[in-house]
Amino acid sequence: MLFVKERHGDNVVLRGARVLDPAEGIDATLDVRIDNGVIAAVAEHVDTNEHRVVDATGLVLAPAFVDPHVHLRTPGREDEETIASGTAAAAAGGFCAILAMPNTDPIVDSAATLGALVETARREAEVQVGFLAAITRRQRGEELTEMAELADAGAIAFSDDGVPVASAGLMRRALQYASVTGRPLALHCEEASLSHGSHVHEGSVSAELGFTGYPSVAESLMVERDLALASYEDQPLHLLHLSAAESVAALRRAREAGVRASGEVTPHHLVLTDEAVRSLDSNVKMNPPLRAERDRAALLDALRDGTIEAIATDHAPHARHEKEAPFEAAPFGVTGLETAFAVLYSRLVRPGLLPLATLIERMSTGPARIFGIDRPRVAVGATANLVLLDLERGWQVREDRFRSRSINSWLLGETLTGEVALTIAAGATVHAR
Amino acid sequence: MMNSIRLVKDELRPPQPPPRRHLLSIADLDRDDVERLLGTARTFAASLDREVKKLPTLKGRLVVNLFYESSTRTSSSFELAAKRLSADTMTLKSAGSSVDKGESLKDTALTLGAYDPDVIVIRHPHIGAPQLVASVTGAHIVNAGDGKHQHPTQALLDLYTLQQELGRLEGLHVAIVGDVLHSRVARSLVQAFKLVGVRCTLVGPPALLPRDLDAEMTTDIDAIRAADVVYVLRMQNERMEAGANYVPSLREYAARWGVTPERLRPGQKVMHPGPMNRGVEIDPRVADSVDSLVETQVRSGLVVRMAVLYDVLTGGPVGVRALAAAEVA
Repeated sequence: MLFVKERHGDNVVLRGARVLDPAEGIDATLDVRIDNGVIAAVAEHVDTNEHRVVDATGLVLAPAFVDPHVHLRTPGREDEETIASGTAAAAAGGFCAILAMPNTDPIVDSAATLGALVETARREAEVQVGFLAAITRRQRGEELTEMAELADAGAIAFSDDGVPVASAGLMRRALQYASVTGRPLALHCEEASLSHGSHVHEGSVSAELGFTGYPSVAESLMVERDLALASYEDQPLHLLHLSAAESVAALRRAREAGVRASGEVTPHHLVLTDEAVRSLDSNVKMNPPLRAERDRAALLDALRDGTIEAIATDHAPHARHEKEAPFEAAPFGVTGLETAFAVLYSRLVRPGLLPLATLIERMSTGPARIFGIDRPRVAVGATANLVLLDLERGWQVREDRFRSRSINSWLLGETLTGEVALTIAAGATVHAR
Repeated sequence: MMNSIRLVKDELRPPQPPPRRHLLSIADLDRDDVERLLGTARTFAASLDREVKKLPTLKGRLVVNLFYESSTRTSSSFELAAKRLSADTMTLKSAGSSVDKGESLKDTALTLGAYDPDVIVIRHPHIGAPQLVASVTGAHIVNAGDGKHQHPTQALLDLYTLQQELGRLEGLHVAIVGDVLHSRVARSLVQAFKLVGVRCTLVGPPALLPRDLDAEMTTDIDAIRAADVVYVLRMQNERMEAGANYVPSLREYAARWGVTPERLRPGQKVMHPGPMNRGVEIDPRVADSVDSLVETQVRSGLVVRMAVLYDVLTGGPVGVRALAAAEVA
């Protein structure tokens, strides 16, 4: 279930855009008319019906994006992000829906905590928000949460993101019980006894700089375990923020064997490697860490061939004073909502490494499908969840541009190409440049 | 369109001032830098043979020592180095300062920066702390050890010691023995040796040799006999907490990898950055033998740190001119 601030649906005509909806098989220059927030016409020349007209000539109109992995820091760290600021950032990034992780303070592990978030979202959320609830109480990995009640209260999925479910036995029980809720489990795969005390990928960079290494096998071992359990229980699961080539290989094998497993990858793991850590900039510190070039290449291959169906930002806001610390003392995580499309368009699509249609599919239809969300689409009768993209426009990533309350972006100061010109979420215009 | 506008702006931007000189990592140096620093150190060593050892070179300069970890050798030699060059010095230790009250490194650095120090010498348990201080103050920063990352002045003083004692660097072979994984000294040395053409072999238990380090590595202690010099690393007890299992026990480590007279060739030189755990990584008979260069290392530390302070402040190259300038002053 998704929650959003109540608003009147927009009446608008988007004139002359290149409409690109890979899932609908559309790639043509068309007009789109939206009546009361619902797409009423997609055609070469549509009547304006006295609606506001947006000249979209030269722009790309696509299904708006869905981010399956966001930290809204609410409740508990509203200084870092709120539902209002996080969804405003999402709107600026072209997202019509985002899913929020439950590792807040308190943890979202009860219907009461979840209910309060749902109420806030109905008042504040600029774009649709789905809330994940914890798999285990207080994310301690000891007892299951009351998953059925949480599902009834609106939980869209379950995750202990931030910490792995260490016990295989408990993970099995979670998979069994998730079938009752009909909601997927989204798993943070990390064997903590192998990653304990680490800050960066274990490899030549960690060896040279002296960082305690987080080996790839710490992720892939847990991925293998959870896929084996999902296969045994014949239950679906979703693998969060994959970073290692071996994890991707395991996911590919499991999918080929019929396991209902999906995976996501972040923009930073698609673009950067652990070489970036040499800067000692705490804005390239995240969990899982940036890995080697062979891992990055494997992630990109998997994104292209559909083994990885979704791009997720893992938007993780942190207070400035906490990130302004020596690399080892700084917290893990970077923001990403407002730069995801532009950085992937600039660094992958423009150099010819990823087709634009694939990028759009993996940022909208892919994640929507995994979490059972109505997929954003350019089709008559669908609620308008659309993004208008200016692929020619260059812009500089600057602190003062962010709608997010936090500025811990690894792209600060960079110039990107591809700007979100307009976002329509749940029928309402929520961002216009 | 935006792109062309930005290009014009770039062209109009005034040229950047030259970057401040820091010593953060051996990786920032080239061979010329190393040779210049060692040359300056030799010049200062000559001055220390005189009756009045103080030089007026850095008179009126302020050197702040900011130490977040305990240290005997490094902090005392930086302080003395600054004093021998007539700089004003101020030493802050984390115990007893606002750090105890939870002040962040950034705020401490800003506070110290308000006094306009010329140099801040920093030791910190976290990798990247010197970079952070460099980014928020206008001082020249000298890294006196940051976590497991770098200890560049230690590597330089070790090069100086080797050059003084063995007469050359190029072509020497040094075996570094022990807990390489946790050693900032080893990391700095590996890079420094590469710069000056010293062959280096790392020897230690498998879990204490970093994976994927671009260096010659072996677990066989007998490999040390082939080297000109054996460099013994401190076995850091704090790394050996129960359950870490890098090695089964210190006892087994000492038996298997301890540097004993029996494992050395007669006359083979031995170095150690200190503090030593006698009976663990180094046999007391080795520590006290005539072939131990440990005290020489400490003496080298003083002149090398004088050279480093001088170099970051004056931008070298200096060589003989350092002393000449000092004498004129």
